[in-house]
This record gives sequence, C-alpha cells and structure tokens, in this order.
Amino acid sequence: MEYFLQQLINGITLGSIYGLIAIGYTMVYGIIGMINFAHGDIFMVGSFIALIMIIALGLTAGSAIAVVILSLLLVLVLAMVLTSAWGWSVERIAYRPLRGSFRLAPLITAIGMSIILQNFVQIAQGARVKPLQPIITGGYTVMDSNGFAVQVSNIQILIIMTTVILMVAFSLLISRTSLGRAQRACEQDRRMASLLGIDVDRTISLTFVMGAALAAVAGLMYLLYYGVIDFFIGFVAGVKAFTAAVLGGIGSLPGAMLGGLLLGLIETFWSGYFSVEYKDVAAFSILAIVLIFLPSGLLGRPEVEKV
Amino acid sequence: MAARTEHSVAASFKDAAIAAVIALALFGPLVGLRTEVTTGGLFLSQRWGDVAIAVAVVFVGRLLLNVFVFKTDRPATNLFSGMKLSAGALARIGPVFGPLMLGLALTLPFILLYGAPSQSRYYIDLGILVLTYVMLGWGLNIVVGMAGLLDLGYVAFYAVGAYSYALLAINFGWSFWLCLPLAGVLAGLWGITLGFPVLRLRGDYLAIVTLAFGEIIRIVLLNWYEFTGGPNGLNNIPRPSFFGLEFDRSPEGFAATFGLEFAAIHRIIFLYYLILALALLTAFVTVRVRRLPVGRAWEALREDEIACRSLGINTTTTKLTAFAMGAMFGGFAGSFFATRQGFISPESFTFIESAVILAIVVLGGLGSQIGVVIAAIVLIGGFEIFRDFAEYRMLVFGLAMVLIMVWRPRGLISTRKPTIALGKAKAIGGELVGEGRG
Repeated sequence: MEYFLQQLINGITLGSIYGLIAIGYTMVYGIIGMINFAHGDIFMVGSFIALIMIIALGLTAGSAIAVVILSLLLVLVLAMVLTSAWGWSVERIAYRPLRGSFRLAPLITAIGMSIILQNFVQIAQGARVKPLQPIITGGYTVMDSNGFAVQVSNIQILIIMTTVILMVAFSLLISRTSLGRAQRACEQDRRMASLLGIDVDRTISLTFVMGAALAAVAGLMYLLYYGVIDFFIGFVAGVKAFTAAVLGGIGSLPGAMLGGLLLGLIETFWSGYFSVEYKDVAAFSILAIVLIFLPSGLLGRPEVEKV
Repeated sequence: MAARTEHSVAASFKDAAIAAVIALALFGPLVGLRTEVTTGGLFLSQRWGDVAIAVAVVFVGRLLLNVFVFKTDRPATNLFSGMKLSAGALARIGPVFGPLMLGLALTLPFILLYGAPSQSRYYIDLGILVLTYVMLGWGLNIVVGMAGLLDLGYVAFYAVGAYSYALLAINFGWSFWLCLPLAGVLAGLWGITLGFPVLRLRGDYLAIVTLAFGEIIRIVLLNWYEFTGGPNGLNNIPRPSFFGLEFDRSPEGFAATFGLEFAAIHRIIFLYYLILALALLTAFVTVRVRRLPVGRAWEALREDEIACRSLGINTTTTKLTAFAMGAMFGGFAGSFFATRQGFISPESFTFIESAVILAIVVLGGLGSQIGVVIAAIVLIGGFEIFRDFAEYRMLVFGLAMVLIMVWRPRGLISTRKPTIALGKAKAIGGELVGEGRG
C-alpha cells in the first residue's frame, strides 16, 4: 500500500510534465491538423534556456527562500518568453509557407526542424549532459508504516501545483477570451473563421506561442525534478507526450492532460512493479490496445466523414 | 514608381531589423552563454561575438531576401523561372532519364575502377549506401506513396530483416541466399502483425502506432541480451559468398576460380551489384504490382477509402498486402545491411532512420520511383559531402530537408501518370493526387 502510494505520487508528477507537453501537440493538431514533431525539441530548448538563466542568476539550494521563489519566477517567465520566440519562429519558417499544401509536407519540415534544433543545441551548448545541483530540497512524509515512508518532495508539490494552476488558467483562456474563441473557430472551420474577420495566421502563430510557453514550463520542471538534461531529451519526451495526446484523443485539451497522467502512471507503475527496461514497451502497448477499442482516443470525438 | 521603391526599401530595412531582434532573442541565451561542465559544477562562458555574427547574418540575409525576392515587383527568382522544367520537357526527359541512371548505376564500379582507382573503394561504398536507401525508399513508397498509409516505424522491418539474417547465419550457419528470402518473409509477417491492430486507425493515429511499434522493436532488441546481444549487438555476421565462392585468398575462392588476382575490392563490387539487384527487384515488382488489381486497389485506397469500400474493395486485405510487401522489401534491405556491415546493434535502427527514409520518399515525390532515387542521391550523397564538418552535417541535413520541402512541397517529381486510363494516359500534377490520409 505504501509502495503503491509512493508510485502514485511519482506517477502523477511525471504525468503532469507529459501533460504540459502534450497540450502543445494537441492544440497544434486541433488547429492545423499536423503533427508538430519539433515540439519535443522546443521543450528541450526551454529546458536549456531555463538552465542558462538559473546559472546566470547564481541560484543554488543555499539561497534564501524568498530569493529562490522570486528567481524561479523570473526564470520561468524568461524561459517562457524566449521559448515562445523559438516556437513562433519554427512555425513562421517551416510551417507557414506550407499552409494549405500537401499534408505530409509540414510533417517532413517538422522532422527537419527537430533535427535542426537538436543539432543546434548540441553545437551551441555541447553534447555532454548538464547536471544541475538540486535547488529545491526537502519534502514531507505523508505516511510511515512498516519502516517504509511515503514521501512527497517539495519539488513534486511545486510541479503538481503549477500544472493545476496552468491548466485552470489555460482552460479559462480557451473558453472565455476572444483569443480562445478565435482558436476554437479556426479549429472548426478555418475558411469560415477568416471570412468572419479572424486573423487565422495570427491565431495559429499564437497557438504555437502558447504551446511553446507550456513546453518551457515543462522544461523547467523537468530540469528541477531530474537535475540532468542534454540535447536529446526532447525526442523521448516528445514521443511520450505525443503518445499521451493520442491516448487522450488528439485535439482534445482535457484528453491531453488525462493521457499525460495515464501515461505517467503506467510508466511509473510498470517500472515499480515489473521492469524498468520495458516501461516504454508497456506504455506503447497500452496505447495500441486503447486505440484498437477506441480508435479516436479516450476523449476524442470520432471523425465524421462526409462523402 | 520611385516612391514605391523607396517605400519598399524602407519597409525592407524595418522588416530585416525586426528579424534581427528576433534572432537576438533566439540566439542570445543559447549561443551567447554556453554551459560548461566542470568539477565545481556548471558555469557559463560568454560568446557574444558569435551572437553578433548570427544576428548580422540574419539581418543581411533577410534584407537581401526582401530587396530581391519578397518586396519587389520583379523578384530575382523570376530570372530562374525560365530554367524551370515544364511538364512537357519533363515528359520528354522522363523516359530517357530512367535508363540513363540505370546505365550509370550498372557501370559505376568499372568507371570508378578505371577513372579514379585510389578513390574507388570509398565511392563504391557510398554507392552501396545510396542504393540501400533507394531500396528502402522504394519499399516504403509502397506503403506511403501507393497505399497512402503513413508509416513512421519502417525501420522496424529493416531491423527484423537484419537480425533475422544475423541470427540464422550465426546460430545455424545458413547461407545468405537461404536467409534472404526467410528474412523477407519474417519481416513481411511482422508487417501483417503490425497491420492487424492498426487496420481501423486512420491518419495520425496510424502514424503514432507505427512509430511506437518501431520503438518497441528497438527496445526489445536492446534489452533481450540472451537472444540479440543487447546494446553490444551481434558480431561476426558471415559475409556473403559469390554463390558459394568465398571472397578470400584460398584456391577455391572467387579470385582463384576466375583467374583473377585477389583484391579486397571484389567483395565491395559484389556487394554493390547485390544491392543494385535487390533494389531493381523492388522497383520491378512495384511497377508490375501497380498494374495488378491489388496495386490499383492500393492507389484507390490512397485516393478515397470510403469510395474504395463502396466499390467492393476489401480494404483489410488491401492494407495488409501493402504493409506486408513494404515490410518484406525492408527485410531484404535489412539482411543486406547485416551482411555488408558484419556487425549490427540497435543503434542502427533508431527513429531517425525511419524519418530519413520517409523524408526520401516525400522529398522525391510520393509514389514516384525516380523521385526516390534523386532524393536519396541528394540527401545521402549530400550528407557525405559534409563529412569533413562532422559537427555541422546533421544541422545542414535538417536545413536541407526544410528548404527542399518549402521549395517544392509536392516533392521533386510531382507529376504522375495514372496507372490505368481510358484512352491515352496523361501525366497529372501532384496537386490532383490524393495525399496519404491513411
């Protein structure tokens, strides 16, 4: 029971990170119907920018608590802004010229962009892994019995809280603001939306900016949680987050979060109870099984096809 | 007119300045501050000179593009439009180009042997590499280009073929010629195994499941130590023999039997012709199968699945045959890869391989056989040219993928001839062809 509880906490933490990245995939898919393969690498870029900012600010575990909180907020904002610039540029350079063209073309440019980002960061920042000393330490013991203590670390609380706050803010943004309305309109019918005076290009750009900003948050969380990053983390995280988005039903925002959480839990429990080596196999197999029975994911709307 | 020009120059400058500011935001932190790992932890080294260069390049590049291409009445690219091949010209070149390439491919080793003996080994090796990708591209073309099923895990079948040959040859000592068809059959069976669960899936759901399948195969190969050797891979895979004659110095060897002086290059040339034959087999079978009912069913499936069903085509078997046939050729190529390298490990079968093969198919023009050849030569050959800049060549590779795609979204060869037509067959533009919705 204690072991189960501990795995549950770890799984939710991991799932939150996946969910944040998955939202970027699902939003882009919803609005222009393409797989943004470079999104995982945007997450990686966000993680690197956060790392650079943390070192530049000289943040360590020894700093006063108020300083740590303020600096992390500053790092978060800077990372979100700068990563958004990357997301925007990738869309502008590689996807916008292909708008309305053949469907596989943006997929190939997305793969190309992913290769470019990975190798750019490798050249600019070096291929070695970057270890960061833990900044947020400590935690609480939730339960202690039979000599097994169930722990929630402060960083886990921070990750889960941030994710919840962002999800609420994000849902409000989509459901209440004019930008959210424009996005939903573009999702339903891009041509009709543009006839009604919505700047479709701008809306799509902002979608990429928002997706990149959330990926930057995930990047910072990943950095603080694992403490080690390199230029290749984007690929694995990207594939997992994409899997999460598809599992939840691609194009659906709650689906992305649900898919992320499920994937995080599956992975953690599989590594906890069976084997670490095959955790990805378990995750991918469950994806395949879910899709056999629910071909459009857990919360996805089945595609209605008109002839 | 003059006012307009002035205005456009001012606008160009403003636009380039904005681009430079964005470039500063992009490159400032990532290029300007480099994280260095030391024993005392991480610290930052500063390289603002590089940032200045990058920003200047973006500013000048954007300005030149604006002045000569975007914001002008007479874009400089118009100068080249006369050089663009029209459909008519292509149709005239088309029938000549294929045989010409074939002739070149057939004679290449001898041209190199007599033309540039010192470099020949390197270039023949490069030829083998390009041909391997051509073959993989043709194999994937069946699945993506003809049947319109987006497969992101093609490398899995390549891996199955390679490991099938390696394990059969190492454990049972079976010869290459026996293992080759077996590897193809095994890969084909895996294709069907993958095909079954994904039959109901469409488009991007299919894409992610195939990607996941590719990763599953790789992870299993990586972790099943007793069987596959895990990350260490498999060593000492037998080299192919010339129908029983080994390429060695022995009196029964290839060189002695044919009265030639022993040379290591014989094996390389043999491998070259082997992969050429395998690739041509792939092309031949594809072209022939296209004319069969099943081939036409593939193309119908690509264009419109619902219409396909309404006309009584069994989409299940149609999809499965496409998967199986594509996988089989992937398996052949895998066996060849194993016997050529003599060593395989899961490292060789990562997602990036699938991505490169898919890029070759899409850049070449979906469904176009000759397009695949051109794309493979451009991408793989180009990749080799940059071997001296090892650090930068993947970066350039990615850039090339993006630029070619933006330049020609339909691929290099985008016109196609219908396989079957009433009256005279007429080449049509790629924009009229269905797009692999899956």
